[in-house]
Amino acid sequence: MATDKFISIEGISRHFAAPGGGKTTVFEDVWFSIPKGEFVCMIGHSGCGKTTVLNILSGLDLPDEGAAIVDGKAIEGPSLDRAVIFQSHALLPWRTVLGNVAYAVSSKWRSWSRAKIEEHAKKFIEKVGLKGSELKKPSQLSGGMKQRVGIARALSIEPKILLMDEPFSALDALTRGTLQDEVRRICIETGQTVFMITHDVDEAIYLADKIILMTNGPEALVAEIVENPLPKDRDRNAIHKHPSYYAIRNHLIDFLVTRSKTFKGEIPADYDRRKPPVVRPAGQPQPVPPPQANGRKVA
Amino acid sequence: MPKSNLTARAWIVSLGILLTFGLAWHLAVSGTSQTQAMDPEYAKLMGLSATQGKSAMPGPLDVIAKIWSHLKDPFYDKGPNDKGIGIQLAYSIGRVMLGYALAIVVALPLGFLIGMSPLMSKALDPFIQVLKPVSPLAWMPLALYTIKDSAISSIFVIFICSLWPMLINTAFGVASVRKEWVNVARTLEVGTFRRAFTVILPAAAPTIVTGMRISIGIAWLVIVAAEMLVGGTGIGYFVWNEWNNLSITNVITSILVIGLVGMLLDQALARVARAVHFPE
Ligand SMILES: Nc1ncnc2c1ncn2[C@@H]1O[C@H](COP(=O)(O)OP(=O)(O)OP(=O)(O)O)[C@@H](O)[C@H]1O
Ligand SMILES: [Mg+2]
Repeated sequence: MATDKFISIEGISRHFAAPGGGKTTVFEDVWFSIPKGEFVCMIGHSGCGKTTVLNILSGLDLPDEGAAIVDGKAIEGPSLDRAVIFQSHALLPWRTVLGNVAYAVSSKWRSWSRAKIEEHAKKFIEKVGLKGSELKKPSQLSGGMKQRVGIARALSIEPKILLMDEPFSALDALTRGTLQDEVRRICIETGQTVFMITHDVDEAIYLADKIILMTNGPEALVAEIVENPLPKDRDRNAIHKHPSYYAIRNHLIDFLVTRSKTFKGEIPADYDRRKPPVVRPAGQPQPVPPPQANGRKVA
Repeated sequence: MPKSNLTARAWIVSLGILLTFGLAWHLAVSGTSQTQAMDPEYAKLMGLSATQGKSAMPGPLDVIAKIWSHLKDPFYDKGPNDKGIGIQLAYSIGRVMLGYALAIVVALPLGFLIGMSPLMSKALDPFIQVLKPVSPLAWMPLALYTIKDSAISSIFVIFICSLWPMLINTAFGVASVRKEWVNVARTLEVGTFRRAFTVILPAAAPTIVTGMRISIGIAWLVIVAAEMLVGGTGIGYFVWNEWNNLSITNVITSILVIGLVGMLLDQALARVARAVHFPE
């Protein structure tokens, strides 16, 4: 199977019944693909249909037209190959931390013994830094800890694809930073293919290999796909010194502020829904000259 | 204010109310009022208490003495009209438990079905709406006619009155399980059957148990009335029989005992409620 189209979204549309009769089209004829091992973020304004795309990828929702194809097979329903990290963490409150993760593990490996399930679950609880909190209930955890359990639960089933819906948006800046680092480390370690929704431009730049830009809904379009010019091994405290950092950041903010609204009105003549344009914001003259002499060389 | 202090003071107030009430009761019934002119038939019926100016109403000490005598021998059996209060209670509790258990067996699966299927929910709604407000005792003649057994008929009446709160709460609890929890199970490819037991049941359990708690309360209210109606055995029959014997002492004793048992049943369900409760 071609690895550059590990996930392939082919002409999907989704309509909902409109309140006053008729139907609203969330998006129509959307195409994009994600290669194996890549970390892809989707950004766009509220209501443009990001969660709808993710639900189709998870199999919780089906497209009205078109197909979402993973590893050569059209998605027909939820699968243990695709783990979801929900925005609202969605932990089962009557289970402990260990119980929540073990529920996922036992769903994947049904013949495993209880001891083996717990051992496996504990490994992932430790990975997200929650060792010692195994027997706590979700109500006894902070928001960041709950989200960690959600991450441990998703990773514990060793999925081929990780789907995340604004996983860090409800967290304070400090917790968010730590969790971003952890998720990034784990994803790189395991070569995970990731699709993540975010509202946060800096989060997208720090985590993503590619960023999919959605225009405003209804009838949203994939305006373009932005390649992240930053090197794969990036340090969150030094990325702003990279010569292309401001180029990509300005490009994304410019899109969110103006072009997400205006794009549909001025679609370029060569725009092809099947192949949204790929852009790679390049390092123009830096707005701030690097103070250190041994700064990274300008590409 | 420290909590223990509050509890202690509440106890003192409760005790004060009890003593005041007991004293007032005692004074009220030990009156020495003149014997009123009364129908001699009635006077004969009421015996000494009426003819000698002593109130027919027993005092608190009489009741305490009576309770003590019942406690000493709760299970005697001297024929159909004279059984110990323990035996009568056991009959009533047994009927309530049977009818209640039957109601659980029917209400839980049916409630699951209604809660999970919008079609069944809509289709069964009119039946539930019409049958729910019917007094359970209104079923009694129909039960007696079809079942032809008074004991089983009162079990049926308990079944009917326990059914509705459990059914409605189960359906509501199941229907309002958070979608995200169900989605968690779906993304983990958990089958319908396992999902019902691992997600929907625990999520709906607090609502279901609330329904069960309401049901046991109603069942205990209804059994007394049902047994008064069909007679034979049970605490309800006991109360009615003692009224016919004009033993007000025994009637008051029964009231206290019925209240006590009702409280214990409620406490038992409260314990279950605490066990299935989860903080979010
Ligand atoms: N079940 C539904 N029924 C009707 N309309 C829906 C339904 N789900 C989503 N929509 C509509 O589809 C559009 C896209 O919703 P979606 O949740 O995908 O947005 P989103 O991009 O994830 O927004 P946000 O950033 O706020 O999470 C919205 O206009 C929403 O009103
Ligand atoms: Mg969303």
